[in-house]
Amino acid sequence: MKTSDNIRSEEQIISALRKLYESMGYSQFKMIKFEEYDFYVRNKDYLPSENIITFNDTNGKLMALKPDVTLSIIKNSPDRPDELNRVYYNENVYRVSKGTHNFKEIMQVGLECLGDIDSYVISEVLTLAVESLEMISDDCQLSISDLAVTAAAVDRASVKPGIKKEILRCIGEKSRHQLLEICEKENIDKSTSGLLCALATLHGKPGEVFDSLDNLLPGSAEVARLRKTVSALGKDVSDKIEIDFSFVDNINYYDGIVFKGFVKGIPNSVISGGQYNRLMEKMGKKSEAIGFAVYIDELERMFSGSSDYDTDTVVLYSKNTDIALLSEKIAALRSSGKRVSVMKKIPDKYVYGEIINLAGGEEK
Amino acid sequence: MDMLNIALPKGRLGEKVYDMFESAGFGCPSIREPGRKLIFENEETGVRYFWAKPSDVAIYVERGAADIGVAGKDILLEYSPDVYELLDLNIGKCRMAVAAPAGFRDDRRKTLKVATKFTNIASNYYNSLGRDIDIVHLNGSIEIAPILGLTDVIVDIVETGATLRENNLEVIETIVPISARLIANKSGFRFKSESIEKLVNKLSEKAEIRQ
Repeated sequence: MKTSDNIRSEEQIISALRKLYESMGYSQFKMIKFEEYDFYVRNKDYLPSENIITFNDTNGKLMALKPDVTLSIIKNSPDRPDELNRVYYNENVYRVSKGTHNFKEIMQVGLECLGDIDSYVISEVLTLAVESLEMISDDCQLSISDLAVTAAAVDRASVKPGIKKEILRCIGEKSRHQLLEICEKENIDKSTSGLLCALATLHGKPGEVFDSLDNLLPGSAEVARLRKTVSALGKDVSDKIEIDFSFVDNINYYDGIVFKGFVKGIPNSVISGGQYNRLMEKMGKKSEAIGFAVYIDELERMFSGSSDYDTDTVVLYSKNTDIALLSEKIAALRSSGKRVSVMKKIPDKYVYGEIINLAGGEEK
Repeated sequence: MDMLNIALPKGRLGEKVYDMFESAGFGCPSIREPGRKLIFENEETGVRYFWAKPSDVAIYVERGAADIGVAGKDILLEYSPDVYELLDLNIGKCRMAVAAPAGFRDDRRKTLKVATKFTNIASNYYNSLGRDIDIVHLNGSIEIAPILGLTDVIVDIVETGATLRENNLEVIETIVPISARLIANKSGFRFKSESIEKLVNKLSEKAEIRQ
């Protein structure tokens, strides 16, 4: 178990996540590095951005460095709706960074289940998402929503698609005042506007949220389904879960249950996932699907500054130093868990915890 | 206890916002002491305030350096930060508008030249009208652009309209009303929801605030 003082490095997390997924029968999906550009253009609605790195391969075909993993997995996996195909991946994707507007290589680890997705499979994926978060830090939370609940509420408003999009944006911003403004302008009835405002602001432990939902959406099949899924989770997992309906981005991509994972101290979500049956259908597949990605690049912030020193111990030596003594000293320091740098001269601005000087032949 | 980090916009608006936060029980008396300090803490109420340039508040909040902050709707529309917009504080009210020299007539056969600091707001507005425009990005004194023939119109914030009048310009279209909004980081909101919601509820009790 990790606390903020005891955080694993990125590499340790990647390796721990792989072990976690393998322990549940997920096999690694090794991806080809490039796809035909045309493939992404056809599916651009499902990509986070239309900016893709392209190049011509040796026979003149326009190729692309993959901006997304899920599309490739769907395309290259067999479509067997009666079976369940569990895969995980550990791949780089190439996307434009929002801040710099330059392309960035982003390491993603994640998993996908394709085929026959039932309540058990959904609860397995949610459990693995929570366990993935716990690999990073104990101060974590998985926020779950169901886009079917949100869509049913928004459909009650009977407004044009453009206005629906605006309503979804306001729910995504937890912005009650903006929703009320739209409802007033569009003459949306009081009970619907109350429901939309509640969905925007409602969040918390499943028990509390479901109590409120029973009043807001009595007899809703979508709410009943979400309740069934969440109540199937073990106690350890439930403790890290909250229900929140403000996840409405990627609505082209996801439908049904969606979730985001947060870790204290990291400003963005580190896990994002959900059911994407509509995407499967659009890609001509009969299988259903659910999955999530862990954004390893978001974790960088937690690791930076984790050490005040370039090394724990500098061992200075010279041509007069007895190499056997030097090796013995280094081995002892390393076995005590220290990071050791052996050098003849300390570079400028090099920061170290302690120094052992063997330059004179003996320890000083 | 975890401190709640709050980014306030430097200036009169920020001071007004601080008064509201203080009366909601989130006071930090040291902030009123004269000096050039920018960061203030009050362990009793669990808050850490800092003054930021108004246009930077959203960046501090989006990147998690602040859990919550107060930013103008103009900045939120221009930069679309990935944050929650929890409250309209109903202060710092003004509007984003198109202004032109008195008697201006829009000749739709020509590309409309627009001077503005708010490039995204202007292009989104004219895109929605299907109007072809040429944007000239300026950082200040936008009003002189049409007077000197640099552009046909300007898109800018209008408070009282006095500057426009003095420069013989008039508002020809209001794009959107602007006011100060309480924003929150999407991750910080989860881990400090108790204090953030307490503040939101206290502020909402004030009649002038629309939640």
